[in-house]
Amino acid sequence: MTDKKPGLIDQTLQDLNNDGIDRRGFLKCMAWAGTGLVWTLSGGIPVSRAFAKNIGKHSGKEDFSFVQISDSHMGFNKPANPDVVATLQAAVNKINALPNQPDFLLHTGDISHLSRPEQFDNVDQILRSAGAKDVFFVPGEHDVLDDNGKQFLERYGKNAQGAGWYSFDHKGVHFIGLVNVMNLKAGGLGSLGGEQLEWMEKDVKHLKHSTPIVVFAHIPLWSVYPEWGWGTDDSAQALAYLKKFGSVTVLNGHIHQTMQKVEGRVTFHTAMSTAFPQPQPGKADSPGPMKVPAEQLRSLLGITDVNYVRGQHSLAVVDSSLG
Amino acid sequence: MKTNKVWLIRAATSAMIAILLLAGSPGVKASDQPSAQATAVKIDNFSFGPQTLTVPVGATVTWTNRDDIPHTAVSTEGAFKSKVMDTDEKFSYTFTKAGTYPYYCTIHPKMTGQVVVQ
Repeated sequence: MTDKKPGLIDQTLQDLNNDGIDRRGFLKCMAWAGTGLVWTLSGGIPVSRAFAKNIGKHSGKEDFSFVQISDSHMGFNKPANPDVVATLQAAVNKINALPNQPDFLLHTGDISHLSRPEQFDNVDQILRSAGAKDVFFVPGEHDVLDDNGKQFLERYGKNAQGAGWYSFDHKGVHFIGLVNVMNLKAGGLGSLGGEQLEWMEKDVKHLKHSTPIVVFAHIPLWSVYPEWGWGTDDSAQALAYLKKFGSVTVLNGHIHQTMQKVEGRVTFHTAMSTAFPQPQPGKADSPGPMKVPAEQLRSLLGITDVNYVRGQHSLAVVDSSLG
Repeated sequence: MKTNKVWLIRAATSAMIAILLLAGSPGVKASDQPSAQATAVKIDNFSFGPQTLTVPVGATVTWTNRDDIPHTAVSTEGAFKSKVMDTDEKFSYTFTKAGTYPYYCTIHPKMTGQVVVQ
């Protein structure tokens, strides 16, 4: 039930093939980078197991995990998923059943579908049933409609700057939440903007190179598929500020499917949506909601569990679907 | 037979007069039917159709979203800015000045179009 079907694993390996990595090379990369779908690290050797048995209980008290969810699109009600409330609740139930309870949740945006107050309220209410009481948010383009992000800031940006960017430290790991959905230019991609980039440069300047970094933002900070707007115009600048660090994990949403890329010491990862899947790059006319047979829907929605084990080179990133 | 011909000519003339009178009446404008179609933009499949729409000065353009995802229509020069349109929602703007008006969807900025007003 929790294993991804072989078809999806092959699909993801296919995606990574675009980087010129074959299956053997992929395993080498996974061993080195510590990321995987149903692959996890066990003493540095990639092992495929059913999700529930994958990560052992954390031993050190500095070990911890957090969960990323994304694209809940509260308010969406079209055929691709007529009940996004039920699937978000299923995601929360899945989180509550994890062997290691997360210290907090990250929501990488498109919390609401139309930026309506009741949609934000609904998500807040459902997330309250999660064991983890702290949730950190960054906005998606669906969260800043009509009011230039005013509501988002009021609800989720208390300790944030500008359009809602901020950073925090947790057990030695530095987390950076970025906003790349504001002031988008015609024909362009996601955008961070000069003010945010300046803030970020200062934010990481004095951190030790050994500090593990986790960056989270809605639109991918790497070029997934520019034709569909799946990328960020000025992310290269942001990544340049992180060059000195030994471990950087970039977590994004927006594309409603998992995709990974390892580039040097940076691991990029996108999460599934809890609302509806979208087609793979170029496999449809447009990146809209993808209708699948009802019994398949939950296998294409999911959560991302991220485990930090002190002393390990990288964070272990594990996706699991809702069904 | 002569009577029939005369009758036909009379009938035709009356009909022509009637048509001309109707054409001149305020209820029916010769330009009504074609412009109602030519001032509509249909949003579907992450695109504006037609991508370039040409209208006369004074025309009101109506965007209708037929996609299953919300979109906006926002002028790049600040001339107009729709609220978010969910499926089947509309936005209208009346173009009072000639010119070319490029616009895009602020949610999906790769979606672009233009209205040419002349």
